[in-house]
Amino acid sequence: MNWRMMWATTVRVLQQLRSDPRSIALILVVPSVLLAVVYWLYQNETLPPGVPRTFDRVGLMMLAIFPFVVMFLVTSITMLRERTSGTLERLLTTPIHKGDLLFGYALAFSLMAALQSVVATAVAYWVFGMSILGNAGWVVLVAVVNSVLGVALGLLCSAFATTEFQAVQFMPVVVIPQILLCGLFVARDQMNNVLEAISNVLPLTYSVDALQEIAKNSQATSSMATDLVVVAGFVVAVLLLASLTLRRRTA
Amino acid sequence: MSHRAQLPSHGAVVHPPVPAHVPAGAAANGHMTDSVTVDRLVVHRGRTDVLRDVSFSIPAGRITGLLGPSGSGKTTLIRALVGVQRITSGEVRVLGRPAGDPTLRKDVGYVTQAPSVYRDLSVLDNVRYFGAMHARSRADALEAVAAVGLGDFLRRKAGDLSGGQFNRVSLACALVSKPQLLFLDEPTVGLDPVLRADLWAQFAAMAASGTTLVISSHVMEEAGHCDALLLLRDARLLARLTPAELRSRSGTDDLELAFLRLIQADERAQAGPGTTTAVDGAR
Repeated sequence: MNWRMMWATTVRVLQQLRSDPRSIALILVVPSVLLAVVYWLYQNETLPPGVPRTFDRVGLMMLAIFPFVVMFLVTSITMLRERTSGTLERLLTTPIHKGDLLFGYALAFSLMAALQSVVATAVAYWVFGMSILGNAGWVVLVAVVNSVLGVALGLLCSAFATTEFQAVQFMPVVVIPQILLCGLFVARDQMNNVLEAISNVLPLTYSVDALQEIAKNSQATSSMATDLVVVAGFVVAVLLLASLTLRRRTA
Repeated sequence: MSHRAQLPSHGAVVHPPVPAHVPAGAAANGHMTDSVTVDRLVVHRGRTDVLRDVSFSIPAGRITGLLGPSGSGKTTLIRALVGVQRITSGEVRVLGRPAGDPTLRKDVGYVTQAPSVYRDLSVLDNVRYFGAMHARSRADALEAVAAVGLGDFLRRKAGDLSGGQFNRVSLACALVSKPQLLFLDEPTVGLDPVLRADLWAQFAAMAASGTTLVISSHVMEEAGHCDALLLLRDARLLARLTPAELRSRSGTDDLELAFLRLIQADERAQAGPGTTTAVDGAR
């Protein structure tokens, strides 16, 4: 690892993003708009006293799901461009280490994701009055870890696509099953055994679980920490797999 | 304006003919060190032979032209020298180390045929990023941009430039590292004659200051700018000679015609062993 090269990569990726203000606006604004939709969706629900609003549960999970989905898409397309434009091959003839490149990417997009989740979390709290027991800082942390997960999966998936069209098709394959099975729609203990077993090996499950821990407890719990460690483990494993797809020598 | 008028003084140096089959490193011109030695290089892609038993050496501090029709294996050969090509057999040594050795990455520059830069970054940001891989400063980046004549376009997005300018951004990204050995795959394709002449003058200046350049082209006229030529055809190395030798051997000053004659002679030699020709080094 060489910090200078990694940082140069982070700066470069952010510079590329800066030249595309529309994407930045979409990244920052869309989550809040969707939160508003969710808020109004449950506006008229009638709740027995003491039961938390559905928005507090669903909105909270969405705070973790947005950065995951957005960063997955942004990364897989950016990395695909890097592969098809020849810049990746060229970079790999320079002294840069694969880790510098991957972590440079991960850092750039997680900075974006941090910004995105700060905006979305602020809107959820102050505009829509989301109330959970835990600290909002933890929510942002989970969102950032999730975005890095999206970056890692995007980097990996870009290796299996040859066009941007194909890269987008990975979203239904990689992202949607995780959203379906993470516990957002049906609590995981109410799923049948097969689906629950699948959800046990999907990383998003653990982020959502961490958020539920944060919602239920005013202090950080050990099971939240475990969840975060599991997601981080997934990130490292996926980044390692992704680094195998960066080949310096090809046929 | 003749292309030869652009040649710097060192262009007149005549290298002794080096038969292509002489093992790498054993070049007759012992006073000159070789930057690259290739010994019996074979590359198959699927069932096609992309390179068949190619051996040669490349002198340091010179411009070596890699010429041949498109599809003759030029890009694959350059990729093998850079170390990004999976080879089937043979040995490629670059600056005394095996091609692709990690320690070579700081000494070797590679400009791919298709310009490989970030379209959504400015000219300067592109060059600075590739410079950062070699710990080069902003001043180095500015120098490289100026060297390719894009000093007025520093802040322009690379993707907004014309084709020829875009090409030169790619070149600047390689120049910024000040490599000891620079591989350029068809750097002059699609450039207008003035720019082409400028670039060749610049390559000559780099060679004069000690850089070894390997430049591929399918335009035979450009062979005149090189100190040594490698002629590729159909995955084989047809000959390794100097432009002067090519002219004298084929009895014409027209390099295009000279190459054609060399090919014809080679075809005759292949057809019947009795009809020997003047094509030394061809196999």
